Amino acid sequence: MENVHRIEVGISVDSNVHAAIKHDLDITTVSKVEKIKVYTIEGGNLTFDQLSKLGKEVFSDPITEQFAIDSPLARNFDGTILEIGFKPGVTDNVGMTAVQAISDAINVDVDGVYTSEQFLLHNCDTATAENIAKNLLANNLIQRWEIKSGKMIDEFNPTVPKVILNQKPEVKEINLDVSDEELLQISQENVLALNLEEMKAIRDHFHQEKEERLKLGLPPNPTDVELECLAQTWSEHCKHKIFNAKIEYYEEGEKKETIDSLFKTYIRAATEQINSPYLVSVFKDNAGVIKFNDDFTVAMKVETHNSPTALDPYGGALTGIVGCNRDPAGTGKGFKLIFNTDVFCFASPFYNGKIPPRLFHPRRVLKGVHKGVIDGGNQSGIPTVNGSLYFDSRYLGKPLVFVGTGGIAPAKINDKFTHEKSPKPGDFVVMCGGKIGADGIHGATFSSLEINENSPATAVQIGAPIVQKNMLDFLLKARDLDLFNAITDNGAGGLSSSVGEMGQEIGARLDLEKPPLKYPGLMPWEILVSEAQERMTVAVPPEKIEQFMELSEKFEVESTIVGEFNNSKHFQLYYQNEIVGNISMDFLHEGTPQKKMIGKWNSLKGLDPEFPAPKSMASMLKRMLGRLNICSKEEAIVRRYDHEVQGGSIIKPFMGKHNDGPSDAAVIRPILNSWEGLVISHGICPRYSDIDTYWMVANAIDEAVRNAVCVGANPNYLAGLDNFCWAMGFSQEDEEKYTGMLVRANKALYDITTSFKVPCISGKDSMKNDYRIEDTKVSVPPTLLFSVIGKIPDIRKSISLDVKHEGDLIYILGITKQELGASEYIDELKLSGFNSIPRVNPSAAIIRYRKLFTAINEGIICSSHDCSDGGLGVALAESAFAGDYGIEIHLNAVPTEGILRDDVLLFSESPSRIIVTINPKDLEKFENIMKDTITACIGKVIGRKFIVYSNSKDEKIILNEPIEELKKAWQSTLSVLVEGGE
Amino acid sequence: MVNVCIMIGFGINSDYESQYAFELAGADIVQRVHVNDFIHKRDSLENYQILMFPGGFSFGDYLGAGTVLANKFKYTLRKDLNQFIEDGKLIFGVCNGFQVLVKMGILPGFQGELFKQTVSLIGNKSGFFEDRWVKLKTLKSRCIWTRDYAPILEIPVRHGEGRFVAKSKSIIDQLWEKGMIPFVYDPNEYPNNPNGSTDGIAGICDETGQVFGMMPHPECHLTKFNHPQWTRGNAPEENGLKIFQNAVKYAQNHL
Repeated sequence: MENVHRIEVGISVDSNVHAAIKHDLDITTVSKVEKIKVYTIEGGNLTFDQLSKLGKEVFSDPITEQFAIDSPLARNFDGTILEIGFKPGVTDNVGMTAVQAISDAINVDVDGVYTSEQFLLHNCDTATAENIAKNLLANNLIQRWEIKSGKMIDEFNPTVPKVILNQKPEVKEINLDVSDEELLQISQENVLALNLEEMKAIRDHFHQEKEERLKLGLPPNPTDVELECLAQTWSEHCKHKIFNAKIEYYEEGEKKETIDSLFKTYIRAATEQINSPYLVSVFKDNAGVIKFNDDFTVAMKVETHNSPTALDPYGGALTGIVGCNRDPAGTGKGFKLIFNTDVFCFASPFYNGKIPPRLFHPRRVLKGVHKGVIDGGNQSGIPTVNGSLYFDSRYLGKPLVFVGTGGIAPAKINDKFTHEKSPKPGDFVVMCGGKIGADGIHGATFSSLEINENSPATAVQIGAPIVQKNMLDFLLKARDLDLFNAITDNGAGGLSSSVGEMGQEIGARLDLEKPPLKYPGLMPWEILVSEAQERMTVAVPPEKIEQFMELSEKFEVESTIVGEFNNSKHFQLYYQNEIVGNISMDFLHEGTPQKKMIGKWNSLKGLDPEFPAPKSMASMLKRMLGRLNICSKEEAIVRRYDHEVQGGSIIKPFMGKHNDGPSDAAVIRPILNSWEGLVISHGICPRYSDIDTYWMVANAIDEAVRNAVCVGANPNYLAGLDNFCWAMGFSQEDEEKYTGMLVRANKALYDITTSFKVPCISGKDSMKNDYRIEDTKVSVPPTLLFSVIGKIPDIRKSISLDVKHEGDLIYILGITKQELGASEYIDELKLSGFNSIPRVNPSAAIIRYRKLFTAINEGIICSSHDCSDGGLGVALAESAFAGDYGIEIHLNAVPTEGILRDDVLLFSESPSRIIVTINPKDLEKFENIMKDTITACIGKVIGRKFIVYSNSKDEKIILNEPIEELKKAWQSTLSVLVEGGE
Repeated sequence: MVNVCIMIGFGINSDYESQYAFELAGADIVQRVHVNDFIHKRDSLENYQILMFPGGFSFGDYLGAGTVLANKFKYTLRKDLNQFIEDGKLIFGVCNGFQVLVKMGILPGFQGELFKQTVSLIGNKSGFFEDRWVKLKTLKSRCIWTRDYAPILEIPVRHGEGRFVAKSKSIIDQLWEKGMIPFVYDPNEYPNNPNGSTDGIAGICDETGQVFGMMPHPECHLTKFNHPQWTRGNAPEENGLKIFQNAVKYAQNHL
């Protein structure tokens, strides 16, 4: 190819890929893996000297690497060469940076740089290489690959994956005066995800507007621009149609009530009733906002990114986290980002069954998602402070990826509240950040559909954290200089949503030829709804536009005026000065017909069956500690995240004598010269949905609050975020069942949050987590992630989970019952038919939590640890080995309901229980504080063994195990994921 | 007056806590300045006595950690940086900042070899990004920044490319002989040596002791409540603050 050059750089040994080939694909014949980086440079008419300079100074490390220009770097070897590069239009972050680096080095602007990677697979044939490409290293939705023999190295021809669209941009009228069947067909063919009623509502509205439209020069039917705009705005993703539906609710076959919007009836109503004094902005902006102190407010949002993650784990998760970052950054006038959280729900990484079409092995999903969140968080300089992994086989069809972000802002700037925003008529609509491409078109509507063979590959994107970091650095500076009136992010629905929402009260004009494009040939409607990443929309008053643009240039951020806010009360869409759309803001935002649904709930009945007690309690405890939902995630997952950046880490993910005990929650200090802190925690227990979603939600909220309280959060200063990931199944009957479960879930949310006085401030739902291809049908268990953000008045009083001193007394707070339904224990025993689900008594629990807070403030709590998955046995073991001490426990001292068997005492998952240790000298003081709540001393810290005395009359020792053994069982499960290295 | 410049932009991200560290250490003015302000001559290095390249992911670490930012500096501000060093002023790089100084060739910057890269920081041996607290042994060296340190300093590392390597053994020997290695990981084994650095080298300075770079993050241990053992009463007295105090004190007395 002319004017195209390849520079190859390397060669390095890649033992991680080698280990993955062995462990993940069970291929043991490959003897060595080496890697070469390939840069294909297009344009610039580069001379050999220039290319040499680039090879030496820009692309290679002179100490450890070699490079070759337009010739292969690899020498003959026994094996195959696999080269993997991107498909056209996929974000190539390294390539984009290289263009800039070339310009810095030789002052030449090249047309593009495209990166690829060569893997030299020693002792590997072509078929094995193909397997490795397909099942480990490449994703054919976004990548292409080529395989050649390592014997006779022929050159790889340079490939330039450039997008070329041979279409002339045009606007079409879509005729809606057609049969119902055809209306639905239009919706399906265009991936609009609109139902018949909605299509009809649109048709009728346009009928009414006919004359007005003719005057403006618009056709009587909607244009494709308008229809797409409505579809995005009305998508389940943006409008939460299920949470706002009118639901006929039946319990046990009898009609109970009609619920007019779950959101209003339960979630918002609870927050309004609680009405905590620290609430600042709830349910109306991109993130919920609470007061931190008189000078600062904090915002938090949690998002899910499930559908894109199923298609491309790395890109989906990366886009998820950097997309969630834009929520607090686009709340009010913008918040500085101070922490990330992540919770993943996957099938087992050790799954050995068949993988249905278009799905990835759960281990590949885990590794890809993990890497996406690592890159997204670490590169953005935001500490990842809290999270978890939850495993259940049903997440094979749809992995769930929850990502959260918190931010902080001065309460006021220039005497105006930072949490408030309102564009003024006359303000420019300015788009900042990345350019628009076909990537991410139909993200909002796509995520509202189940995955099938026609899913558009454009739903897959790769985020560019550094582009975003630059943009957010710039926008914070612009905010502090008071250069704009409003800001919001371009996420789902792209400009269509951001401009449509910002202009909701007044009106806006958008000129669709103005936004910068990655390549020519995009249709106007595509420009409107593209979800290309790293973009924010800002309302800049004319008198400040010059200063805004200058600042933008200094930060090397692309900002473009794409329209203006006005008084039209319409969303006016233009393309090259011709009107192509005019939708009244009222219809756009309020015109969605209310969805009508039926929900049916039938309880499970029957007592728990009898089952034999385990023969060896020690080996049972070790099995429990090694379970996927309980085992340590430290080395395999958490140490790969930066949790220290920004310098405010106080309670870290892992604490204790050897920094390896699992913390219940995070404590950070967002203002470095203040002792006030934030606590971040969460609760999730999807398996309980198998019995009753009411108690699933109750337990998730209780767990989140309990975790926060354990580290020292003030239980009277907490706020919650609800993220529902539901399923709707594959039939009307399924839908009614899942809707019934959703009603139960929301009732619990109302009951528990009002009882705890923990208001929800923000939430999100992802309702269709079902997978069907061919005969395979899988639905996720209905899942609520409840996240909590709270305040700790003085971080110096935070508590960690590890026992601290020999001789300290161990207390349990709360009552233990035979509550084994859907527990980790029953799952480990592979038993079924257990309906005794843990039930939360919220009024008793919150009193207990408040008393613990008092005791923590008195300074008499040495350690405190939440008792959840795996029950008392697991919690005690974790506290013991985290503190590197043994403990002695008397099960007959544990407060119970009825007489319980030893294994039930150890593994029942009764809620609202906490293990604390105190110095014996504080006994009286502690018991005095805790009086009138269920609390009991059950043992002490001693020696180096975990010793348990039976609840039976003889009080014999039923467990006597060195803590090292327990810790080993807990730490070894996921170690295979981090094998490799040199 | 001690004026400190904290470099920002293009993905640098530890700027706020670095600013706070210098403020705690008693610097008079600590400014976070965008790289482009120097390149486009809106500000000048002359205005500062101390220059810090904080941690982060400049340009995403694409094309090698610190490489693109190092080149940007080298191509546009070489003279100014040269003058800054000749004036006896202080430069500090942490993590990505250390990588920038090494790739630019001002560390180790042996006499006559300024702006020529002789050592590198490459991918961790584990193949992964590592976030963990490590123990550093303080060595007798010519480094101004690490004077009077306790024998052991505990601070966190957070990097994927921190393995210190040199083109030849003679370069490592020179670093030892000339006292240019203020910190080594101790014990020198994984995970305390988180990246597999040659001889456990965690940081190096130049021959004048003015220019200093290290992989671990002293700005993340400024109070005992940052230490992972603080709830056990085990946080050591010594933390990262003295590095910043040493620099400020030196600037007050000499610059």
